[in-house]
Amino acid sequence: MRRLGVWDPWEQAGPLFFATLPARGRILSASEMGGYPGWSPVLHNDPSRSVLRFRMTGRDLVADQEILARMWLVRAFEEKVSELYAAGRIAGLIHLGIGQEGSAVGTCAALLPGDYVFGTHRSHAHAIAKGADLRRLMAEIAGRATGYCKGKGGSMHISAPEVGFVTATGVVAGAIPLALGAALSSVTRNQGRVAVAFFGDGAGQSGAFHESLNLAALWKLPVVLVCENNGYVEFSPLSAHTVVERLADYASVYSIPAVTVDGGDVLAVRHAARQAADTARKGHGPSFVEVLTHRLRGHYEGDPATYRKLSEREEWTQRDPVARFAGYLSGLGVASETLDEIEAAARTQVAGAAEQALADPPARPADVTGDVYV
Amino acid sequence: MGAKVRYIEAVRQGLRSSLLDDPAVIVLGEDVRHGGPFGATKGLADEFGKERILDTPISEGAVVGMATGAAATGLRPVVEIMFVDFVTLAMDQLVNHAAKLCFMTGGLLRAPITVRVQGGVSGRFGAQHSQSLEAWFVHTPGLKVVAPAFPGDARKLLEAAVTDDNPVVFVEHRGLYWLKGEMTGDEPASGSIVRRHGDDVTIVSYSKMVHEALAAADSLGAEGIECEVIDLRWLAPLDLEPAVASLRRTGRAVVAHEAVMTGGVGAEVVARLQSTPGVRPNAPIARVGAPFAPVGAAPHLEDAFVPGSGDIVRAVRGLLGEAPPGPISRREGSP
Repeated sequence: MRRLGVWDPWEQAGPLFFATLPARGRILSASEMGGYPGWSPVLHNDPSRSVLRFRMTGRDLVADQEILARMWLVRAFEEKVSELYAAGRIAGLIHLGIGQEGSAVGTCAALLPGDYVFGTHRSHAHAIAKGADLRRLMAEIAGRATGYCKGKGGSMHISAPEVGFVTATGVVAGAIPLALGAALSSVTRNQGRVAVAFFGDGAGQSGAFHESLNLAALWKLPVVLVCENNGYVEFSPLSAHTVVERLADYASVYSIPAVTVDGGDVLAVRHAARQAADTARKGHGPSFVEVLTHRLRGHYEGDPATYRKLSEREEWTQRDPVARFAGYLSGLGVASETLDEIEAAARTQVAGAAEQALADPPARPADVTGDVYV
Repeated sequence: MGAKVRYIEAVRQGLRSSLLDDPAVIVLGEDVRHGGPFGATKGLADEFGKERILDTPISEGAVVGMATGAAATGLRPVVEIMFVDFVTLAMDQLVNHAAKLCFMTGGLLRAPITVRVQGGVSGRFGAQHSQSLEAWFVHTPGLKVVAPAFPGDARKLLEAAVTDDNPVVFVEHRGLYWLKGEMTGDEPASGSIVRRHGDDVTIVSYSKMVHEALAAADSLGAEGIECEVIDLRWLAPLDLEPAVASLRRTGRAVVAHEAVMTGGVGAEVVARLQSTPGVRPNAPIARVGAPFAPVGAAPHLEDAFVPGSGDIVRAVRGLLGEAPPGPISRREGSP
């Protein structure tokens, strides 16, 4: 993973924000990047890498603890799913977002309740980050009639529209055009809503991705394109799929402002997402946020992930966004008991939701043809 | 009775009335602001503005996906796919996303999009601009499919498609675009319709083939063979009640379409008719369709490919014992 070299060592204290400047795209100025309260601008600009670095100052500790709580909810939920799957109590093809909490929670923390979010096959985290009900979500994944989608969606096709998590898709890049549609809907109906499309690095090589970027830029749609680059397209390194190293560079071709952020840093992600959402809401069109992240599990539950070197996994574990953020808050003076309580509360909440969900009745066979048509 | 209008103008009127009726209706497609290649959207941009009549790049997949996302969040988009052959580029969005959205979300979401496609053999356009692909859509749970044969239906069924809360593929036949017809009629927008009454043989068809069936029925009628012609209109959901009632009376049926016969909608219709309790045809139900081949561009090849009234006449004669029975396509070779 050569690109790890662009990251500063975490121990420098304080989350860093990296912005890759598109070679031909709009270049974000230092004042723009530092314009958000709590952020001070550039430490230095490394022209060889076109990377801007920012350091954060001054924090809202209450809001930060809410972010930590949300990240723990995701982590606890995913670990519970993994546990239930291993115990044979959940069936199907399960893709977990453990390790990618910073991307989901950071992005959704920058959104308004009415904003739309579209996900992927790996979207439990996105739904939870947007506020989905844990019991209904777990029930859906566990094939229960009480699930969000009556068990018809399952892990890959979750939906929680009441909190703005519209839908997820099992087809790589498939939801990007859907997000554009929601953005178009917002414009046409003058709603001021922003649509977010999450997708992975594998999507960047698809037709749907490029058609969508072109359309979003052409029509200046209020859409935020969040590329969760975890470095692996299913079982292969990204380098086996494209010679493009920085997926944010794709955006520059379409004149879409793009940044690359450290997904292990939830505040950096939130900052980038907030910039992007503000840009969209002001009618200035789409933005592209490439989040460098890592899944700490295999591609799916049951994947031994032998294609990843042990050293690489250990390195990434150290970059675990949940532990990092907890450590950061600790450094700011939040008591360790408080941090422990946040984790414990999340685990208790997830355990309760899972217990209820598993006690619910299974999806009804009589409903096998229901909802084919409205 | 109002003035007769052309099929393509009826489509335009259907779009216009839909746009007038509901501010959530938008039209998307290539060159739709200029009216499109056949004039189906002529004048709509002037009347309804560029915000509702949206010219798209040649990106069928993203456009159908965008329409689906817009539909899931409150709009009612109508997408024009310039030729049905290009719907292949949007099949992921149509089949995996639009068609399954309602089901996969357990009814939380719906995708009220209308995808207008035009196709069929007409004008020597060759193998990639002449297909009849409706069987693909009929095979996809969640999609509705409608293929009007007359201008009056083109308008009425388009309005019905746009107001339907399900994704609807609206199949137009290019060869019908300049056909004139009445705009009035009390027929409901749902279900199939008997277009001609007769007691000897039932002919079940849709889209342009209905006109071939009527021509065949006229020519057979001159000999005293009376055919009943059923226009299916909606291919999904399929309404076979009039066909079943007719077959019970005639005991003989031909199912005819322009699409390739193998795996076509006709196969489904025949299977359902034969398995309907109480229906015992006097002869195996005959099928008419195109041979198992892409259509050649040369006039002689196209003419040799496309099934027509002569093939239906042959099939009817076969049922009546006047010609060898069996499947009728212009050339043998269906596997």
